[in-house]
Formats: sequence, C-alpha cells, structure tokens
Amino acid sequence: MAEPTPGIQSPGGRHALVISLFLFGIFLLAWHLATLRPAFNPKGLSDEQLTTMEFNGDIIRTEEGSYIYDPKKARGLPGPWAVARKSVEEFGEAFQKKGTNDHGIAYLIRYTVLRFAAGFLSASLVAACLGVLIGLSATLYRALNPFIQVLKPISPLAWMPLLLYSVQDPTMTAILVVFMASLWPTVANTAFGVSALRRDYLQVARLLQLTWSRRLVKVVLPAAAPAIVAGLRISFGSALVAVVPAEMLLGELGVGYLTWIEWNNLDIAGVIFAILVVGGVGVLMDLGFTRLARFVTYAE
Amino acid sequence: MIGSSLQDPFDPHSSLTHSACGAPGGAEAAFAPTSHEELMDRAVEGAVVRAVFGGNDLARRRFLQIVGAGAAAQIFRAVFPFDGAKALAQEKVKGIEKRDLSVAFIPITCATPIIMAEPMGFYAKHGLNVKVRRAAGWAMVRDWAINKEVDAAHMLSPMPLSITLGAGSQKVPYFMPAVENINGQAITLHKQHKGVKTAQDMKGFRFCVPFRYSMHNYLLRYFLAERGIHPDKDVQIRVVPPPEMVANLKAGNVDGYLAPDPFNQRAVYENAGFIYMLSKDIWPGHPCCAFAISQEFATTYPKTFLALFKSIVDATHFASKPENRKAIAKAIAPRNYLNQPVIVLEQVLTGRFADGLGNIKYVPDRIDFDPFPWHSMAVWILTQMKRWKHVDSDFDYKQVAEQVYLAAECDKLSKELGYAAHGQTYSSHTIMGKVFDPAAPEAYVNSFAIRNV
Repeated sequence: MAEPTPGIQSPGGRHALVISLFLFGIFLLAWHLATLRPAFNPKGLSDEQLTTMEFNGDIIRTEEGSYIYDPKKARGLPGPWAVARKSVEEFGEAFQKKGTNDHGIAYLIRYTVLRFAAGFLSASLVAACLGVLIGLSATLYRALNPFIQVLKPISPLAWMPLLLYSVQDPTMTAILVVFMASLWPTVANTAFGVSALRRDYLQVARLLQLTWSRRLVKVVLPAAAPAIVAGLRISFGSALVAVVPAEMLLGELGVGYLTWIEWNNLDIAGVIFAILVVGGVGVLMDLGFTRLARFVTYAE
Repeated sequence: MIGSSLQDPFDPHSSLTHSACGAPGGAEAAFAPTSHEELMDRAVEGAVVRAVFGGNDLARRRFLQIVGAGAAAQIFRAVFPFDGAKALAQEKVKGIEKRDLSVAFIPITCATPIIMAEPMGFYAKHGLNVKVRRAAGWAMVRDWAINKEVDAAHMLSPMPLSITLGAGSQKVPYFMPAVENINGQAITLHKQHKGVKTAQDMKGFRFCVPFRYSMHNYLLRYFLAERGIHPDKDVQIRVVPPPEMVANLKAGNVDGYLAPDPFNQRAVYENAGFIYMLSKDIWPGHPCCAFAISQEFATTYPKTFLALFKSIVDATHFASKPENRKAIAKAIAPRNYLNQPVIVLEQVLTGRFADGLGNIKYVPDRIDFDPFPWHSMAVWILTQMKRWKHVDSDFDYKQVAEQVYLAAECDKLSKELGYAAHGQTYSSHTIMGKVFDPAAPEAYVNSFAIRNV
C-alpha cells in the first residue's frame, strides 16, 4: 500500500543524513560564535561603579580578587552551551513536582498531549459525522456552506474569551480552543470527499441492495477516507498551533505555558529549551499520526 | 534568621530588646528554635520574662548571671503557667469545614505574605492545607475568583471594590479582609530617559500599569495630574500584566511603568531602566495588594475563612519585621512562586537597592506589610474611580467601603495575635501634600482640576 520511503539504508539517504548533520554542525558553530562575549574588563571603571555592578549582580568577585561576569545572569542571547545546560537541568528533574506551579517537564508534556488529544479527537469525531451528513445531501451542503465559510477563518484563539466566559473553566476552555481549531478543515474535507464519491460506487451499492448503514460503512467511508485523512492532517497542524497560545493565555500548566513563564522571567535559555520541546513533541505526535494514517490510505 | 526578640530569654548573653541587628556570635544558631511551634513558645517565654523585668534588659541579664540560666528557667516555669499562655497563642480555629484550599496569586513581592505562608508554614499552623496557584495577570485572577477556580485570591486593593460594584466584571459581592503590603511600587523609566527630571518631560510617554482597577493606575494618574499632565490626553496608559512589563520595557515597547516590584528592580537588574520614583514618595503608606475572598465563601465556610484570615494576618505581621526579610526573599524566589533571582528580591525587601542611575540607596520602608484595611483608603480609591470615570453608577462611598473592607474584623484578629490595634477605621491621608478627608468624598472629587467627570 504505502510506497517505500527513501530511508537511511539507501545510498541517497545516507548522503542526505551527512548533509543534514553537517548543516546542523555549521548552525551550532555559527550560533556559538555569534553569542560569544568578551570577558569582563574592569579597565576604566571606578571602584564605586564596580561595587554598584557587583551589587546589581552584573559581576562577581573571584577568589583571586578579580571580577568576572556573573555566569548566572544572562546577557544577550544565550549560546548553545547555555541551552544544553538548561536542558540537562530540566530533564534531570523531569519527574519532580516542586509545588503547585512548578512541575517537571515530563508532566508538562503529558498535560499538553492530553489536552491536545482530548480536543483533537472529539473535534475529529464531530467533524467526520457532520462532514458525512453534509456530503451526502447536496441541499444540506448548500444550506450549511455559508456558515462554514464564515466560521472557518475565525482564529480559534478569538473564541477563547467567549468560551472562558460561558464555560467558566480554563481547563475546558483550552480543550475547546483546540476543538475549534481542528473542527473546520475536517468538516470541509470530509464533506468534499463524500460528495465527490463516484456515482458508480453508490449505484453498485444500490444494486446489491445494501442497507443504509452498511452502505455507509462499506462504501461511503472507505471511499472518502483519503479526503478525511487529508482534512485531519490539516486539523492536526492547526490544533498543534492553537494549543500552545491557549496554554499561555489561560495559565494552564503545559509546554506552552513553560515558554511563557520563562519569557516573563527573561530566561532566554529557558525559552529556547521550551521551543525545542514544543517542536519535539510536535514531531513525535505527527509521526504517530502518520502511522495511523497509513492504515486508511490506499492508492487507486 | 531569628529576630532579637526571639532570642532565648534565659540566656544572659542574649538581648531581648527589639533592634535591627541581631546579637552577634554564632552560638545563637545552636539554640535557635527550628519549628513554628518552638518559635511561638519562645516568643511567649520572651514576652513573659520581659514583662517580669519591666522591659529592663540589664536587670534580666544581671539576675540570670547571679542565679544561673537553668535555675532561672525553672523558677519562671514553676511560677508562671507557660503552657497555658502558649496554648492560647497557638490556638487553632476549631471545626474547619474545608481544609484543602487554593489561593491565586500574581508573582510579585506585594503578595509576599500570601505566598510565603505556604513554604513557611503559616497556613499549616492555622490548620489549613493551602496550595497557592500562580496566575499570569489580573484578569485571570478575576476570572478564577469569580468562576470559583480558587477559594480566595491575591487582588489589587481596588479590585474587590470594582467587582462588588460590577465595574469591568460581573457583579459579585466581595470581601477584602486584609491589605497585604503598603508602599513597594515605583515609577520605572526606560534607560534612554535618564534625563527626565519632572513629569512635564513625560509628555507623550507610553506607560503601563498592571490593571485598570489598580493602585498603580490611580497613583500614576494622580501623580501626573498633580503635575499638570492629563493621563488620558497627554500620555498613553495601557494595561500590561506585571510579569510582561520588563520584557516590554527592554524591547523599548513602552517608556515606563508604575508597577509592582520585583519588576522595577528587575528592570535595573536587566540594565533596561531606572527607578524614577518610589510610590511611597507619592503617598507614604499607601495600600497596594490585598487578600480577597467572596462573600459567599466567607459565609458558607465561616471557620475556614477565619483560619485563612488568621494565617494571612499572622504572615503579614511576620513579613513586616525587617529581620525576617532575607529569609522571606529566599523562600519566595523559586520557580514555584516568584521565579526571580534572590538578589533582586533581597534588594526589594531589604530596601538596599541599586536605582539604575549608579547609586545604591537605602530606603528601609521601600516596601512594608500592614494588614489593616482602612475604610478611608477604600473611600479614596472610590473617589479616584469616580474621578476617572472608571465606574458609572452612583453609590454611597461609606457603605461600599464598610461592606467590602473588613477593618474591624482585621483589627480584632491582630489584637488576638498580639499586635497593636488601630481602634478607628477612618483617617485623613496626605497625598503629595494634598489632604484627603474621607468624610467629604464628593467634594474631593470635584476639587481636582484634571478629571473626567
């Protein structure tokens, strides 16, 4: 069914891998060089200025009595080492809960994935049903299309204040934002897939005198499956985009919120770490989704 | 760190007098009480011994040196029923209906008593299991509070008034049992404005304040208007959640803010701005943040409310002692609470700070903590809400102030816990040289040349 993808086994894949690694190395080196700072030079500063700087945490006195920049205080963009150190530190306490507002990164990932899954799965179910209904009836399609066209381009985050006000629960609101983000692409694609069904299929089904439900399961859904999956794909992406800002705005613990509090604290190494985690989680979920999608797609 | 009034009263070498510096010598650490109960016991013993010697510390020391510490302790313990006195001070509220509570807070030093009461055990001491929950902005706190996501909340002292009046929110009757901090805010300007001398130089500036109904907004407006700048015409004032202020200042998005600490000090720490003026120089002793709870919660769970109220008043008085401040800075710095460098919090809480202009200043009352919610302060806030047209409806100043601010109750609890009581709940206040008389609020509103009504 699925065509063989070029993997690392093939010679072309190996070359691609080498180039990827090479580019990554160049990137790290450039990043390191760009963020390199000269060592602290006390020349031209009075004792009073040095005391003030030390008091403000800019510099610290070493055991030999000279001054160096305080390594704990970030100046400018952090280099790759700072981010790596931060990552090691965060993963080192991934499973720790240090109070209500400080949970380890493993918990944060779990909260985000669960929130995402709840919103996306419920939206997919609703969207698929709605899409099939609309797709089967041309009248319904034409009647509902204007509404879908108006609702579709509304940013899912724009719903947030209204949802928060009516649901009165931030956890539910975050899930519903994801729900809104993943609803429309699947509805539209499913409807399109069902309505573009080959007439021959339906005619054969009628000839075989299949019942309505069997016709749906045996003919309509399998035929529309590629379109539905394509819709889910788009939904998946937009839901992933929505979950991060929803967490930020609602203050719900998760990787999106982590980005926000690190930014509020101006811990830029922490922000970069959080961004990398968001990316990593996205890639992993996307991989899982692709696996799932393979079960239902086929070449004609 | 143990305050000198908590030294071992039976040690002839320790001092029981209140002073900013503790007794020298490392020996005290060995005898330092470790738990809250011990701390309280020690306080009771100290108070009794002090009373017996009529506050004459020299006489006490001489007596102890002659009799010997051990014997003296025995004599005192035989004559005076320490256990009874200790039990009274330690007494927990009985029959608490709900022990597991959550309290919302914004990560700022104003919330110090509410936050530190968790790691330093003040809630536990009064029989509660409280988890403090950090919110990212005041609108979030308001929504959590109204939607009952949390049982009580750290609010700005105008918020319980505005929520009760239904201004900028649903109308929900709210109580403000206690103020958290007094002073502790500042006007911070971007470092490119180091040349600014007077408010006239601030024309066209873009300022931020943490919330529409905040002391910050009202103090900034008052300051600007007194200096002839119309806050709605000559400058721009926008609402930005406190944690985002430094980042905005650093990015050059705003020219300055009147904001809660640590974000003024953090701006200096980041070399992004400088402290132009401390809020205590606008109104010395002004209230800022507060502990707030819905009327519904307080009446449904009266015992829980009482225990919570007691913990807060207790913690607030503890925080007002300068000798406790360093330990507090350390307790509230971690990511679970303020998520700030300890050095920044220390500068805020001890009052020894770099101002960003190259000076190290020492202002011990830069921030202070006093739970008493003066009704006159509520009336002042209401006059400013009227003045800037932040509320449309007409209301009886006194009636709203007395309904929301629980001044008498707070005074009673303070007295029970052994702190000075105020007796009266109205007082006149002097703000930038202008006297405010709480008995004539409407005349006060009309006395301003710059106003929106």
